[in-house]
Amino acid sequence: MISRPPLASERADREAPKLRLEGVRHAYRELEVLDGVSLQLATGELVTILGPSGCGKSTIFSILTGATAPTSGRVLIDNAPLGPGTERFAVMPQSDALLPWRRVLDNVTLGLEIQGVSRREARERVQPLLATFGLEQFARAYPFQLSGGMRQRAALLRTVVQDRSVLLLDEPFGALDALTRTDMQAWLESVWDTFRWSVLLITHDIREAVFLSDRIYVLSPRPGRVVAEVAVALPRPRRIEHLSSPEFVRTEAELRQILHDARGDAREP
Amino acid sequence: MSTRSPVPLVGGRRHAGGWGWLPALAIIGLAVAGWQLYATRSGVSPQILPSPARVLHAGWLDRDALWTNTLATLKETLFGFVLATVVGIVLSAVVDASSILRNALMPLLIGSQTLPLVAIAPLVIIWFGFGLTPKILLVALLSFFPITVALLEGYQATDPDVERLLISMGASRWRVFRSARLPTAMPFFFAGLRIAITYSVVVAIFAEYAGATAGLGIYIEEETHVFRTDLVFAAVLVTTLVTIGLFAATYLLERIMIPWYRISRQTTRR
Repeated sequence: MISRPPLASERADREAPKLRLEGVRHAYRELEVLDGVSLQLATGELVTILGPSGCGKSTIFSILTGATAPTSGRVLIDNAPLGPGTERFAVMPQSDALLPWRRVLDNVTLGLEIQGVSRREARERVQPLLATFGLEQFARAYPFQLSGGMRQRAALLRTVVQDRSVLLLDEPFGALDALTRTDMQAWLESVWDTFRWSVLLITHDIREAVFLSDRIYVLSPRPGRVVAEVAVALPRPRRIEHLSSPEFVRTEAELRQILHDARGDAREP
Repeated sequence: MSTRSPVPLVGGRRHAGGWGWLPALAIIGLAVAGWQLYATRSGVSPQILPSPARVLHAGWLDRDALWTNTLATLKETLFGFVLATVVGIVLSAVVDASSILRNALMPLLIGSQTLPLVAIAPLVIIWFGFGLTPKILLVALLSFFPITVALLEGYQATDPDVERLLISMGASRWRVFRSARLPTAMPFFFAGLRIAITYSVVVAIFAEYAGATAGLGIYIEEETHVFRTDLVFAAVLVTTLVTIGLFAATYLLERIMIPWYRISRQTTRR
């Protein structure tokens, strides 16, 4: 029996979660997008929301960043409700959204500059991380001079230096080719293992979810609700070899089945 | 993991070959040669059609007057341009920020471009005198429009992901404008600037025609009255050269102000 990390329900009483969503619902006029989503994320945990396209994943992000207000339900961060104007999340969008007129270094410091940190201090804070992210040679390059994987690394560095409570990664490697994506997932696993940020990852890629996550919430097609919570019992640090381990394959199959069943449910009237 | 070496930040081929200007030169050369032949062989009076050689010679002899008047026109054009750019940026920012202001101002802006210059130029001279001010105003009136429209188009081209990202970072609307919308619009701005610059010199000359103490417009008017057709042609040649020079200057300015743009176009072309 392989030990697995505890499910949220098993650990809830032990420590207060970093982030908690309680029965979050959202509807655009008649169209129900989220049907009461509850989930939580502990400090230093990497949790994934896995779901098909159109399950309301993006709506969850837009609620967390304050761009959209939920129709009902609560978002608690460090046990306090998420009020307007509280920037507690650092976002990494699927398109890297790097500014073509800023060099890599200046792109990475953008979030700090907006927080009011001087450009000089921002650069000093970023400098030691450039090497970890494999970007020290490219600090003076423009984004369009970088490969796709390199751009995503710059985008992640821009996200983590903002020093926010939770990182929101929105299908961060969705635009990359399959080989680069696998490389980037392995790379993300290794840097996450070093820094242990609290990460909420959104993806529709089952392998990505299994490879990176401590726990996975599976969302049904619209209206999105959590149909399953799955803990991944793979040891860390994870390596590409784990992709073919029995536990990996078993978890992947389990998730595929859950996603398949959820789709069947949604088709019924 | 990719191990690409750092990409050089400048350099690379710009044009295929570098002989792209040759056909244009050949056409101009042919036309000038034909004109020279016709003017010297057909017996037409040089007061009606002077030969190119005569134009160049007369222009050279009168170079001091031409130079002084060119400087006057250039000054009006550049000041008018600076004013047009400032007005264009402010107006476009205001229109971009508020849909009410957009609806209120756009018809006015378009209307401003329908004013016939023939009617408006003498009026502006009557209001503001024979000095520099009316010419600057007329140049600005005609050139702020392409600049404003280009900037408005440019703001619209902003990547919505970038805007969402900046908002998630806690950026204000002004910050989003400054850090994303305005830089996105810069290549559009230079395109608008180039459209404006092609007729701004002509507008300045026309404004001088309506009343001035110096400038190529007044020079052309005076030489026409005394039938110095060769000097009129010389002034026209100078006008063309000045316009081409200003047009080229916009590319130089673009390279200095938004160096990333040229490099990005070279990179994506590879």
